[in-house]
Amino acid sequence: MLKIENLTAEVEGKPILKGLNLNVQAGEIHAIMGPNGAGKSTLAKVLAGHPTYEITGGSITFKNQDLSELEPEERAHLGLFMSFQYPVEIPGVSNRQFLQIAYNAKRKARHEKELSLPEFEEILNEKMKSMEIRTEFSQRNVNENFSGGEKKRNEILQMAVLAPELALLDETDSGLDIDAMRIVAKGVNQLMNPQMGLILITHYQRLLDYIKPDYVHVMLDGRIVQSGDASLALELEDKGYDWLIKSPEGEEQ
Amino acid sequence: MSDSAAMFEQSDYKYGFVTDVETDSLPKGLNEETIRAISAKKNEPDFLLDFRLKAYERWLESEEPKWANVNYPKIDFQGITYYSAPKKKPLLNNLSEVDPEILKTFERLGIPVEEQMRLSNVAVDLVFDSVSIGTTFKKKLEDAGVVLCSISEAMHTHPDLIKKYLGSVVPIGDNYYATLNSAVFTDGSFVYVPKGVHCPMELSTYFRINDKESGQFERTLVIAEESSYVSYLEGCTAPAYDNNQLHAAVVELVALDNAQIKYATVQNWYSGNPTTGLGGIYNFVTKRGRCAGVNSKISWTQVEVGAAITWKYPSCILQGDNSVGEFYSVALTNGRMQADTGTKMIHLGKNTRSTIISKGISADTSHNTYRGLVKIAPRAAGARNYTQCDSMLVGDRCSANTFPYIEVGNASSQVEHEASTSKMNEEQLFYFQSRGISKEDAVNMIVNGFCKDVIKELPLEFAVEAQKLLAIKLENSVG
Repeated sequence: MLKIENLTAEVEGKPILKGLNLNVQAGEIHAIMGPNGAGKSTLAKVLAGHPTYEITGGSITFKNQDLSELEPEERAHLGLFMSFQYPVEIPGVSNRQFLQIAYNAKRKARHEKELSLPEFEEILNEKMKSMEIRTEFSQRNVNENFSGGEKKRNEILQMAVLAPELALLDETDSGLDIDAMRIVAKGVNQLMNPQMGLILITHYQRLLDYIKPDYVHVMLDGRIVQSGDASLALELEDKGYDWLIKSPEGEEQ
Repeated sequence: MSDSAAMFEQSDYKYGFVTDVETDSLPKGLNEETIRAISAKKNEPDFLLDFRLKAYERWLESEEPKWANVNYPKIDFQGITYYSAPKKKPLLNNLSEVDPEILKTFERLGIPVEEQMRLSNVAVDLVFDSVSIGTTFKKKLEDAGVVLCSISEAMHTHPDLIKKYLGSVVPIGDNYYATLNSAVFTDGSFVYVPKGVHCPMELSTYFRINDKESGQFERTLVIAEESSYVSYLEGCTAPAYDNNQLHAAVVELVALDNAQIKYATVQNWYSGNPTTGLGGIYNFVTKRGRCAGVNSKISWTQVEVGAAITWKYPSCILQGDNSVGEFYSVALTNGRMQADTGTKMIHLGKNTRSTIISKGISADTSHNTYRGLVKIAPRAAGARNYTQCDSMLVGDRCSANTFPYIEVGNASSQVEHEASTSKMNEEQLFYFQSRGISKEDAVNMIVNGFCKDVIKELPLEFAVEAQKLLAIKLENSVG
């Protein structure tokens, strides 16, 4: 469903992605790992359409459409979802209001009937229940005064409500203690289904103890330099990234 | 004309049209003769002419205030027309006597008067340039004993009330612009709610400056007798001219024992060309309420989104014991607008309480200042104030300032002040967009979320209009 070919992108004139290739099929979980500065978060932002990141070459195709042509909201309507590494606080806007408008915007774009507040609340309550989130969560302003763990859970709740076809979780585990991570991982596993693709961006392999990837990719200096199965993550845990930096194509020989 | 038409297009200001009606104007300029002429045209009682002349004397001796955080070239007070009225007999009994051109104007402003009379429970007084055009719903108000009429009419019908209360809250020599207003005011609204009466509908005034060189000096007086209640709304617009027009109004509110007055304003004067800063209204207004009686309450709610320069501090003098003052404000500046606005809460009575909620939004290269005074007199034992003052910046070329002044004269009072500054930023907008919400809707939700504590104080139909106005104003300011 997602095909990235030879993608290059820059921020304020500085090249970050330098020819990246990735293929994700429905039902697959891909983990992208790599040290700080490798370009992992840039990849996420480029996919979601952040305005400061400029695509300079290559292509991104999602559900046979050229993503680079689309506004961020159009990508969302198409079924893309990015969970933010640092979710943004929106004072004065309640979670429920935010989610209802987001939900209806997607339905409207797909020529489906928009839901009234009571209709939507039924869906929201059900999602919150299955995610074990307290009901007062929906009355609070989006991420305002949320703890780190609450912010990440809120991202996963948004994902549950918006039911994306491709979800991109950017460092969802960062800043979480082990209990919070377990809860978030449980939520993600519940949402994962055979029609959906999932990309996990992470520093550490510990998240992968809870969400089992089908593929693990190592990103270095704007490229994927190594791909493998879940065992690659364990190897990285053991050996670090240095052996890959020293001979980027090393594994091929 | 073609200039102003061009301005109109550039500014997207939909109230920027000019209505072609014959006016009856005095020559430009201000002297004692002008004042006598205004008074004579309005066939005023002698005490009013004295009031005006005293004010004029005081005005000649006073100086323009310089302390506000705004910049503008010196105003030529001799270049202003002080009286401009549509050329029809000013005293009208019903709307059918109003010049159809003027009624058309109000329709273009989105106040279909007929519709309002029929559908909604709003009584409207329309002030066009300086003269009140006609008051709807007079009959129903009369039955309740409520008086809503133009102040020129009230001078003849209720001279004792005018004599007693005019200048009782904003005295003749109060400040430069109020003093000027006292000398030259031409019309405005008068409201009187008798003892024990709960006014049966929202009262509303629409102000419109049409003439290119006229100043608008309206005077509003609202009196709420013991145990009465009234809610009053005003809206303001003006055509887009490339010269500056002066609007120096005075509003006085008096609440006696157990009375309550709610006064709301949605101000959308033409704010000048957003790029060059040319034109626009100077909105130099004095609004003050006196909670004269025990347990009385005055609430000011304002949504200020227009005018080139705003200098305005709707205030409460909390004289009666246990009286309550409230100030809810949204001030939005964009383009090259400058606003210096806030409130004064003067606690004189025991256990008086006040609440100040101020939301300032600045965009583009505008300047937005909150200035407020909370003063608690030594005898105001047990007084309390809560102030919350939030600023939001849109973009990085605008500025926001907060100047809170607090003077507490006794040890049994409590004053709280909270302030915050936030920035509407690309990351917030991207967050909305990544969830499928368009940038326009995102701006709308962020701004209305920021302002909702104030907006919810407005009557419903005005709340909706205010929300739309805020969104429209910021449409072009967000990247």
